[in-house]
Amino acid sequence: MYKIVKKRLLAPQIYLMDVLAPRVARSANPGQFLIVKIDEKGERIPLTICDYDRERGTVTIVFQTLGSSTQQMAKLEEGDAFADFVGPLGQPSEMVHEDIEELKVKRILFVAGGVGTAPVYPQVKWLHEKGIAADVIIGTKTKETLIMEEEMKAVAGNLYIATDDGSYGYKGLVTNLLKDLVEEKDKRYDLVVAIGPMIMMKFVAALTKDLGIPTIVSLNPIMVDGTGMCGACRVTVGNEVKFACVDGPEFDGHLVNFDEAMRRQAMYKTEEGRKILKAEEGDTHHRKGCGCHENNEGGAR
Amino acid sequence: MDRFKRTPITEQDPKVRVTNFDEVCLGYSEEEAKQEAARCLNCKKPLCVTQCPVTINIPSFIQYVKEGEFEKAARIIAQSSALPAVCGRVCPQEIQCEGKCVLGVKGEAVAIGKLERFVADWTREHNIDLSETMEKNGKKVAVIGSGPAGLTCAGDLAKLGYEVTIFEALHEPGGVLVYGIPEFRLPKETVVKHEIENVKKLGVKIETNVIVGRTITVDQLFEEEGFDAVFIGSGAGLPKFMGIPGENSNGVQSANEFLTRNNLMKAFKEGYSTPIRVGKKVAVVGGGNVAMDAARTAARLGAEVHVVYRRSEAELPARMEEVHHAKEEGIIFDVLTNPIEILADENGWVKGMKCIRMMLGEPDASGRRKPIEIPDSEFIMDVDTVIMSLGTSPNPLISSTTKGLQTNKHRCIVAQEETGATSREGVYAGGDAVTGAATVILAMGAGKKAAKAIDEYLSNKINN
Repeated sequence: MYKIVKKRLLAPQIYLMDVLAPRVARSANPGQFLIVKIDEKGERIPLTICDYDRERGTVTIVFQTLGSSTQQMAKLEEGDAFADFVGPLGQPSEMVHEDIEELKVKRILFVAGGVGTAPVYPQVKWLHEKGIAADVIIGTKTKETLIMEEEMKAVAGNLYIATDDGSYGYKGLVTNLLKDLVEEKDKRYDLVVAIGPMIMMKFVAALTKDLGIPTIVSLNPIMVDGTGMCGACRVTVGNEVKFACVDGPEFDGHLVNFDEAMRRQAMYKTEEGRKILKAEEGDTHHRKGCGCHENNEGGAR
Repeated sequence: MDRFKRTPITEQDPKVRVTNFDEVCLGYSEEEAKQEAARCLNCKKPLCVTQCPVTINIPSFIQYVKEGEFEKAARIIAQSSALPAVCGRVCPQEIQCEGKCVLGVKGEAVAIGKLERFVADWTREHNIDLSETMEKNGKKVAVIGSGPAGLTCAGDLAKLGYEVTIFEALHEPGGVLVYGIPEFRLPKETVVKHEIENVKKLGVKIETNVIVGRTITVDQLFEEEGFDAVFIGSGAGLPKFMGIPGENSNGVQSANEFLTRNNLMKAFKEGYSTPIRVGKKVAVVGGGNVAMDAARTAARLGAEVHVVYRRSEAELPARMEEVHHAKEEGIIFDVLTNPIEILADENGWVKGMKCIRMMLGEPDASGRRKPIEIPDSEFIMDVDTVIMSLGTSPNPLISSTTKGLQTNKHRCIVAQEETGATSREGVYAGGDAVTGAATVILAMGAGKKAAKAIDEYLSNKINN
């Protein structure tokens, strides 16, 4: 069992947890993910590693309640434990292997969308520890849903905030802000790293392609085992089929087939919806044989 | 009694069993087992034993069954096998022990597998403890993977007094026994869990949720955790896809994904969170045991199921018994047929599969007749789900993170056949990680040989 040693509500429906998992903490690197399973009957849920403390043996996860499993996770309190917590999985960010001197001259911009702010944090922090100040854009719906502003400020170069409704910082989408920075404010970037909803990464990648800035994205397809044995997470990158769990999750954003990835991500949507309804209202929506739910079901993250 | 006829065994009615996940074969009763055991001729030079990868003393345990001495029979099997309830169920006995049974020349071979299964089930039901071990010798061995190879190797080493820890990547030990082989062939709670508990009773520690190559490396096992030897039994879990257009459409999945959702995650059971999707009409592409498992699982989830195989029925690599069971359960076999494209609707969901008819040409190097496309024979199969069951290959996670560990072009770990020794000193390997996808019992045989070799290696090391 893997004990929850800290729980914090970061914003409505967004939770942070520090989980005691010494083996994962010892090997984790920025860019990697892990899989949690609440109890015996739970599903395996992939989450990006948001921080780790090798000495205390803890790993930080941040999640938003989207489906029935994450809702159930949100009910766990400090002192409770996950049945399973496995990782680190996937490849670390490329920068971990790069020459530090070369990295130092690179102008890097991170674009974080919503709960994607959390997995951006360990990367910016990692760079900060190496004496590199990367710029960060955080995009969120409204001021209320903004997370980790203070933490990010402490490790980032320039921090820009964009809200859809203009309640805080720049009014508009991250892509508008990015365009504004490059075209109006004359900012120059050699690398963009975008982590957030698939649709955001798609549009960031489309924009940076026009701007000629190499771009890395962190994909979040449906996963089951997370170790390369099932191919549920397969994505097309530059006309090649890759398993996001072992080849990724980070890929060249200009080569990813986002439309296919989004379509596959929605594969279990209705199934997930049915589960939430059932949890909330009991078994009133389970009419077998009507056939109307056959074609669409819900995934993990 | 007709000596050449096998004692019949009770099975669930096909019409009933296709609606549940309970075990198909119900096993022998004590009387039936004794009757079947009485058929054995107790040969002086038993050929059956030579064909068993873990060389169980078959005539000896069968004589005890005949006499009703089931515990003694169990002790004979335990000398050679740690997983008899599993092997009695899933071994391809017809090409192993039973394949060389003398009775098979004129009639039906002794049902060795079913007798082994009977003994193992009887032992479990009567709580017989077979966990005798030697005194601890203070040496530590790490076993990577808790499938049949790892469990066997760990069990044998524990019996010899080693302190053994198994590292398992998934949340449940058992490897293919838990994620791959379905409940209706191999019950998880009773059979698999119990056999794993038996291995634990020998003192073997199992640490789940540890992925060697990610959570920890082989080098760290030696340097930081003080292990004296390592056995790699990580299997061949990486699924193959065809590489045809449309294969990433929604509704196309690997047999591994489909079976993992159903068997390991128990998607078929009420109350479990993992979803599974099976359409109305399913095509399972491939003809091995995994294809049969996937097809029969899909049928139990309510679909019309087609097995699509590019050679003819005679070449199906699956066990005859499985093909027979599948047919009884209404699975349709579309042989000499090969998919060339998956067709999707405007939302990206599978709506059909373009196939081409095949014929068989000359035998190739492996002796199997090569399938050849018949020109202009394309047609469209109307299916909404496709399960690819084309085989698997070893996951490179361990080999790519272990210095000096040699692999071949199929990404299999190179290991000596008799000992399992790899190119790295103190590192042994066996099972599918070395051979590519094979059988449970071959993996167990490899685990056994490696345990012996590890014992010799570490004994010599102490003396020198």
